[in-house]
Amino acid sequence: MTSTYLLPLLKIVVILNAVLVSVTFMTLLERKVIAWVQVRLGPMRVGPYGTLQPIADAIKLLLKEDITPVRADKWVFTIAPIVSMVPALIAFAVIPFDREASIFGYRVPLFVADINVGLLYLVSITSIGVYGIILAGYASNSKFPLLAGLRASAQLISYEIAVTMMLVSMVVMSGTLSMVGIVDAQYNAHVWYAFVQPVAFVILFIGGLAETNRAPFDLPEAEQELTGGFHTEYSGMRFALFFLAEYANMIVVSAVATTLFLGGWLRPFPNVAWLGVLDFVPGWIWFLLKTFVFVYVFLWIRATLPRYRYDQLMRLGWKVLIPLGIANLIVTATLKVLL
Amino acid sequence: MLEPLVFYTLAAFIIGFGVLVVTTRNTVHCVLFLVANFLCVAMVYVLLAAEFLAIIQILVYAGGIVVLYLFVVMLVNLQRPPDAVPTRGRQSRAGFALAAVMLAEISAILVFSAARPAPAAASALPATSGVGNTEVVGMLLYSDYLVPFEVASMLLLVAMVGAIILARKEA
Amino acid sequence: MSLFDTTELTLNMGPQHPSTHGVLRVVLRLDGERVVGCDVVIGYLHRGIEKLCEHRDWQQIVLLTDRMDYVAAASNNLGYVETVEKLMSLEVPRRAQYIRVILAELQRVASHCLWLGTHAMDIGAMTVFLYAFRERELVLDLFEEYCGARLTYNAMRIGGLPLDIPSGWDRKVRAFCDVLEQKIPEYEELLTHNRIWRDRTTGIGVISGADALAIGLTGPALRGSGVAHDIRKDEPYAAYAEFDFDVPIGTAGDTYDRYLVRLEEFYQSVRIIRQALDGLPEGPIVGKVPRLIKPPAGETYHAIEAPKGELGYFIVSDGKSNSPYRFRVRPPSFCNLQALPRLVQGHLVSDVVALIGSLDIVLGEVDR
Repeated sequence: MTSTYLLPLLKIVVILNAVLVSVTFMTLLERKVIAWVQVRLGPMRVGPYGTLQPIADAIKLLLKEDITPVRADKWVFTIAPIVSMVPALIAFAVIPFDREASIFGYRVPLFVADINVGLLYLVSITSIGVYGIILAGYASNSKFPLLAGLRASAQLISYEIAVTMMLVSMVVMSGTLSMVGIVDAQYNAHVWYAFVQPVAFVILFIGGLAETNRAPFDLPEAEQELTGGFHTEYSGMRFALFFLAEYANMIVVSAVATTLFLGGWLRPFPNVAWLGVLDFVPGWIWFLLKTFVFVYVFLWIRATLPRYRYDQLMRLGWKVLIPLGIANLIVTATLKVLL
Repeated sequence: MLEPLVFYTLAAFIIGFGVLVVTTRNTVHCVLFLVANFLCVAMVYVLLAAEFLAIIQILVYAGGIVVLYLFVVMLVNLQRPPDAVPTRGRQSRAGFALAAVMLAEISAILVFSAARPAPAAASALPATSGVGNTEVVGMLLYSDYLVPFEVASMLLLVAMVGAIILARKEA
Repeated sequence: MSLFDTTELTLNMGPQHPSTHGVLRVVLRLDGERVVGCDVVIGYLHRGIEKLCEHRDWQQIVLLTDRMDYVAAASNNLGYVETVEKLMSLEVPRRAQYIRVILAELQRVASHCLWLGTHAMDIGAMTVFLYAFRERELVLDLFEEYCGARLTYNAMRIGGLPLDIPSGWDRKVRAFCDVLEQKIPEYEELLTHNRIWRDRTTGIGVISGADALAIGLTGPALRGSGVAHDIRKDEPYAAYAEFDFDVPIGTAGDTYDRYLVRLEEFYQSVRIIRQALDGLPEGPIVGKVPRLIKPPAGETYHAIEAPKGELGYFIVSDGKSNSPYRFRVRPPSFCNLQALPRLVQGHLVSDVVALIGSLDIVLGEVDR
């Protein structure tokens, strides 16, 4: 009884809290990292070295006046941020932080659910996330957010294809759709898949950048272009929800990339026995470390690269990534059959 | 005990959302109720242990096709023509007649299939061998149902090429 | 296939817009995302400088010229005082000429730093903004040490300069030149060969050399289109004739070439500054100037190569009063801005922002 209902519930509570807190502090991390790249210091006033800045931001956003445009569709306007946030959060249900860990003497698997279509579940959740942007653009009842929303969702849908094809390549490599199964396959193959499938790795990462609307694919949010894009009319906590959803999506993409390509919770060289001295570091720490590396690369890229124009972005997705993805899939499948 | 409860709740939602789809005035709300409908149908698939089908329902239907509907609805900006009058005449009667015919047909099918048990052929595979729904669908699709699969992909290819040609600007 | 009725969308950018570099209003007519028409509305920063100058005496006007191109104030000062000196046929001592060149080239560096930072930021490369401003701060520090101000210098006098350079200033300028030569490769690394930067700037806003001349473009915008016209070479002023430097010329006339031209101008400015410091003569810094400046009756036009283009002053003096009779400025940004409607034709909205940055305008000059 406890294991079927209570334990997953507890895990959900823990993971949701962890995600929400880390997403809040990721706003600070982004500001600090970008500031250091730009020879500045970033937030320094609130708390020691600015570490309590997210709390100040949260309080500010909660206290802001909640403005709804006059002729906006009230229901759709309200649910758009929710529809953006929920898929980002429920994606964490299938992400494995470790196979098992001992917590207060109990052996607890560190994932909420290991469904046998885990990867497919993630893909479907991503496609639901598109709705938040479309609805936000529509509900603001103003032409710029509408156009920006449609553009953003077209971008997301296009890059979804490339990303899904890379996920399929990984499924072919590992023979299973379950996230835990993929990590096990990497353990059995004695190698992290990033070294076996570099093309898929790169395409997945680029597609992930586009899926989360991050630079250099952040045209929908670029202030210089369309004054705020699809969330122009949003203020206060609703605005915050969009941003938190974006950061949560970033973490999801990083976690997926970690699981698929960097061996999830496996330590470096998991089959080399004499490096077993590293085993005192629990698996979930390795997982979080690798995810953090990806998140850092997201922020680093934002600080460095200029922004693609919309048509160049679409051209990259359709004419470069998808053909490469198809080629990768064919080669993977052929080699898998032959070898 | 829990399963019938969940099923009937979902069924109520499905029917409810379906009714809302056809009765709502605002087109965008219609489409959103359709999405909710599809998500509930996906949950019913999960109940039936067809998890692959459930995910594909969400991925393709709710996440692809309905997004397309939304695009069209938002861009085309459908309005009721100002001189439209609700016709409570011929259309309603035709509608009722059609609904009655459909109901009779479905009841006939149910009665006849209850009287005659279904052939045991194709359903023998899945439940016992411990293989998930995805693998079963894959095996069936690429062995028994290969020709329909190829025909369907050819159809999709033609549709895609047609769409690209239609949308291309004249040079 | 005209089954669908498409209407033109009118998009208003500005006057308060993050990337119009000041209070510029651009009204775009769009077909989908392509620009089919563009109207530029200016005047939001008009302060009546030309009229004001008719009621200030000749020395006070230097203060007003600071505020036109406030990004490169010393160049404005230089253009004005040279025009008056031409009107009065004054002789400026060589030391003053050399220091004027140093100040003008430092201004070129500062102006191009600001241009680079804002242009890159508009296209999305936020970090270059911070790096470019870091170098601009160094130039501003040099100016602050020289004349006490960071933005509006009042750094020239009719007949020479107000101040001699402080001791040790030339060493600091040399140190700055060394720092700049190390930093420019950083910008190049981030931008010049960056695939995304090239995609955003090549082929955008192409204008041929002949068209550019016809429409009145000057400065790096003109040189990017292949026209070798630089007033420092063609009609040398101050001490430019004595220095050895190259003028970078582009080929394609697009945004990328204008970017490359201005980037190369950094190196050339450093070259000129070093030569000027090496050959800095001793002597007075002000020539023989009458106590009360009253140019004889007459009119003259004199232009200099400001960082943004040909900055010209047309001054009419009636020989009697303490102020000019007519004071007319030919601002480079105003004339370059005329090209904008032509450059944005057929491009997307995102390119409009890139093109405004590529023309390098400052509204203080456009509106005066």
